[in-house]
Amino acid sequence: MFAEFVPLFIMIVLALGLAFTLLKAAEILGPSRPNKIKRTPYESGMDPVGSARERYSVKFYLVAMIFIVFDVEVVFMYPWAVSFQDFIDGGAFLGVMTVVTIFSVILMVGLLYDIKKGGLDFEK
Amino acid sequence: MELARAFSTMAADLPAIFSMIVVSVVGLVMLTVAAFRSDHPSIPWLGVAGMVVASAWELFQLGTEPGTAFFGAIRVGGYAAFINLLVLLAGIATTILSVPYLHRLKHDYGEVYALLMYATVGMILLGSSNSMVSIFVGLETMSVCLYVLAGLIREDEGAVEAALKYFLLGAFSTGFFLYGIALMYGATGTMYLPAMAQADLATAGGTLLFWAGVALFLIGFLFKVSAAPFHMWTPDVYQGSPTPLTGYMSTASKAAAFGSLILVLYYALPAERWTLVLAVVAVITMVVGNVMALSQANVKRMLAYSSIAHAGYILVALAAGTEAAFAGALFYLLVYTVMNIGAFGVMALLEWDGREGRVQTLDSLAGIGTDRPVLGVTMVVFMFSLTGFPPFGGFFGKYAVFAPAVDAGLTWLVLIGVLMSAVSGYYYLRVVYVFWMQDRDDVVDARQASLGGLPPVSRTSQGVLVVCAVGLVAMAFFSGGLIEAATGFFDASAMAAAGGGG
Repeated sequence: MFAEFVPLFIMIVLALGLAFTLLKAAEILGPSRPNKIKRTPYESGMDPVGSARERYSVKFYLVAMIFIVFDVEVVFMYPWAVSFQDFIDGGAFLGVMTVVTIFSVILMVGLLYDIKKGGLDFEK
Repeated sequence: MELARAFSTMAADLPAIFSMIVVSVVGLVMLTVAAFRSDHPSIPWLGVAGMVVASAWELFQLGTEPGTAFFGAIRVGGYAAFINLLVLLAGIATTILSVPYLHRLKHDYGEVYALLMYATVGMILLGSSNSMVSIFVGLETMSVCLYVLAGLIREDEGAVEAALKYFLLGAFSTGFFLYGIALMYGATGTMYLPAMAQADLATAGGTLLFWAGVALFLIGFLFKVSAAPFHMWTPDVYQGSPTPLTGYMSTASKAAAFGSLILVLYYALPAERWTLVLAVVAVITMVVGNVMALSQANVKRMLAYSSIAHAGYILVALAAGTEAAFAGALFYLLVYTVMNIGAFGVMALLEWDGREGRVQTLDSLAGIGTDRPVLGVTMVVFMFSLTGFPPFGGFFGKYAVFAPAVDAGLTWLVLIGVLMSAVSGYYYLRVVYVFWMQDRDDVVDARQASLGGLPPVSRTSQGVLVVCAVGLVAMAFFSGGLIEAATGFFDASAMAAAGGGG
């Protein structure tokens, strides 16, 4: 059964080989004129100087939580809506409505919690 | 009409997850209350009420016939009810013990108790799962909540270290666990435990794939129950976490994980190939846990190593692999849960009484028994029981795991276990010595000077500890009946009837 995976191994070897070859070729063939700015880890970003333990607002997490609430909701509601007709045809209207109601209520508790904790309060 | 039938089957199966529904709905209510007022004093008691209702339900399920629900995803009956009851009782005790502790720390957020409820839901699912998918969902629900709870005191560097270590290593072990499940599924083509045992591993590649999967799967589980050599996270995490929650982590999550592991060993893994593996892991775990505990000055860290050692004793029973041994492991889990929650509970209530702030070494607690008689006496009971002295549950628990192992021909393993529990006497009884017999004059002066006398301890919390201590004595008296009842969960004929599932 391992014979099936031989093409996969060949591909991995090729991918690694290609990446290595191209990097090395660029290093050997290309002109090398380094200067201070070019050698910084993020060439166009901020200077990576100072403590890494900087403070940033907890608000990011609350916003991310709201995103997750709606994201997860949509991820499950789309397939639910698409197959809704099949459920009605199958005589399972009540069941599928109950399930999605429970699901939405749980998500709404999360949303309520988030809003009460100031997730949409951008002034502060 | 097939869909309609599926939904009506699921509706009929709802009683199988009654305690999960109760605990999670109450958890949502608690979270809603916490959204309006985070330190509302009713929140923990809401949780306790929900878990009491759920455990009353599970108590009545103890005698029911084993079977499956939700198309073979969930296992019902006495075995699942026993594990669930254990987890729920641990949750109740932890919640009550946490109230004064977190209040004193000014961290009595409602979210903590809600997270405790969700972790309990995960453990219930884990302890009653019949398919790899529900095992994984339960394990992750439990773990994610525990990662957050470990880092609760976020201004304390030790707690942050504990949470980060727990999270990173836990996520890594989950990777092993999932890869193991994937390989086992690849070899057998099923996720259901009983079906996995019946699968045809005819081709050589299939057998290799399956046992490689089992190995990775076991690594994931042994990490969760902190068996050596996968125990490295345990001392740091247990030391850094809030003490009552450490008690919860070391008991309930281990009970659920061991409960699930027994189901996997009993139903899914066919031959006796894993006996030697588990025996070797048990030896390493017992030796590492007990020997490392000897040199610990910090009591919490010592208890962390002791919980590693106790995982080793339970693994002895699992290595034996007979029904009597599994029943003994269940009884041991019960005893271990009560005595360990008690020991961590005492340490939680004593956390501000020593000389050295919140870090309690053995020296800093010298003679504390005289100042705190209830805590001192209950601690003596827990320590003697953890050592395995006869009047307490710990002795009968050790007997229940060691005797079936001798019957199964693992005398060498039991010999190491008994020797190691003799070693454990040194560090457990030293706590008793320090609490009651050490000269306290010089210590007390410093303590009185810094604190101006000891503040009173919450009565409810002391009540929980007394109940735990009395329970340990009661378990010793009823050990025969309890072990017999646990053996009944593995009734072969009923099990065969329920074996189908997926």
